Amino acid sequence: MSEAVADLLLAVDGVTVDYSGFKALDGFSLTLNRGDRRVVIGPNGAGKSTLCDTIIGRVRPSEGRVIFRGEEIQALPEQAIVARGICRKFQAPGVLPTLSVRDNLALAARRDRRWWKALGTGIPPAERAAVDEALETVGLTARADVPAGTLAHGEKQWLEIAMVLATRAELILLDEPTAGMGPAETSRTADLIHSLGPHRTVLVIDHDMSFVEQLGAPVTVMHQGRFLKQGSIAEVRADAQVAAVYLGHAA
Amino acid sequence: MPEVPAILRRGLPWLLLALAAAAPAALSGYDLNLLARFMAMAILALGLVLVWGHGGILSLGQGVFFGLGGYAIAMHMKLADLPAGEMPDFMVWSGREALPLWWAPFGSATFAIAAAILVPTLVAALFAWAVFHRRVGGTYFALITQALALAFATLIISQQDATGGFNGLTDFYSILGFGLASPRTGVGLYWLTLAILCAAFVGLRWLTASRFGMLLRAARDGENRVRFLGYSPVPFKVVAFAIGALLAGIAGALFTLHAGVVSPALIGVVPSIEMVIWVAVGGRYSLAGAIVGALAVNLARDAVSSAFPELWLYCMGALFILVVTLMPNGLAGLLKGRAA
Repeated sequence: MSEAVADLLLAVDGVTVDYSGFKALDGFSLTLNRGDRRVVIGPNGAGKSTLCDTIIGRVRPSEGRVIFRGEEIQALPEQAIVARGICRKFQAPGVLPTLSVRDNLALAARRDRRWWKALGTGIPPAERAAVDEALETVGLTARADVPAGTLAHGEKQWLEIAMVLATRAELILLDEPTAGMGPAETSRTADLIHSLGPHRTVLVIDHDMSFVEQLGAPVTVMHQGRFLKQGSIAEVRADAQVAAVYLGHAA
Repeated sequence: MPEVPAILRRGLPWLLLALAAAAPAALSGYDLNLLARFMAMAILALGLVLVWGHGGILSLGQGVFFGLGGYAIAMHMKLADLPAGEMPDFMVWSGREALPLWWAPFGSATFAIAAAILVPTLVAALFAWAVFHRRVGGTYFALITQALALAFATLIISQQDATGGFNGLTDFYSILGFGLASPRTGVGLYWLTLAILCAAFVGLRWLTASRFGMLLRAARDGENRVRFLGYSPVPFKVVAFAIGALLAGIAGALFTLHAGVVSPALIGVVPSIEMVIWVAVGGRYSLAGAIVGALAVNLARDAVSSAFPELWLYCMGALFILVVTLMPNGLAGLLKGRAA
């Protein structure tokens, strides 16, 4: 029992996000242990992205708490949340278009983010290795010096994933990481997530069921801001309630 | 289009520097004074490249910081020329009994020079922090700075007895014991302006190439991404804005020395917009472009307004429309486009 508590990394506890009457999250709870992989699915408007927004501090819950490593973080400024070890990949690729691919990664890999430490040129040697490794991981070494804005869509997605990894965040939130990718790119992304190792905890939001299957992680289903179901992909697929929710919206 | 050879592009700054160094020997005192004024303006323009080009922060209120620098030095010169215990002429005419308390320290040249540098910087830093901290940006920021320029000019005009009002401060005779009428002082001030312009250029070249510059551009292009990589964009924008104001203050002080006058007509809404136009013409991402833009637009202004005084505002408006629609990266963009 005490071991389970020690392994607990993130607890979203009864969180409600109220957009002037519309509850994007409605008393939603979720826990992640260290090293977990978790997929969150749900029809459009189920509150998946709002969940990410709440964890990362982009929106503030009207009720409930977000606890990371035993500390309440729901009221901290965004950069303080990131500094504690959470980083997020956005749905639309959020790379910095005018900076080179390498500089994008260098910003992410930077350890000391206080402004006066930026009064210097070049990438410090200690961070250069991390940048090179990140370039290697997502296969962008050959394109390291082009502006990130000129990359193809799938490459931008990978670059942003690499940026998120380069921050060394322990908890990684991936909001539709395979949006706009072909099947080959999608399975490479799944391989990348598999290769991350036990010191990373990953929460993935995606629509693409083949990608979710490749991840093979437990699935949490959301509906109208609430928890609906949790289980393996096969269990969720077989569930009548889940099917009803999806069909109701797909029709 | 013929390509611009690399040697010409590399050599151009040195050629311009050589021309600038030769100017005191080649130009008449009047023309040298004019060039020095324009170079002071170019220092301000360099600051706008950092603020507007690299930071994406459009300031329509640089005149305020230019004015703070200019008035600080002007107040000193008004006091320095006076016999002890007397008040500046305009205060006597307005019927003031005594020198305002806040004027007194400007009797010290050191204080006045420090104020010309520090007051614009600190005012800008506090203002920018208050605004950026509240996450106000873009057009709203531009409008607030414009309101600031209007309020500042109005304040100065309304306090006739303490500021010289609409006429501003003028009739200076000396600075640090050097007579302003002497041609040698004019040449000395020219060299000072050129040296500061070069230092500002080199300093900003370094700053924009540093990680600071990289983060400033990153915050311009994706403020949220920067924030969610764990950086607060606020200090980067505040520092950039404060450096822009620092350069504007120095420019204002130098301009006042060259022109022998500082007045609300030089620092209000319209002059503040003109400052942005210099940089738009030169190219807002290019430090060299900003210098060329400030010199070229001011030369044109001088030529047009001495021949047809009414026409300049229309010319400026047309110039702005032309630049915005046809050459968004200014003269520097044209050169680059050709070289590529």
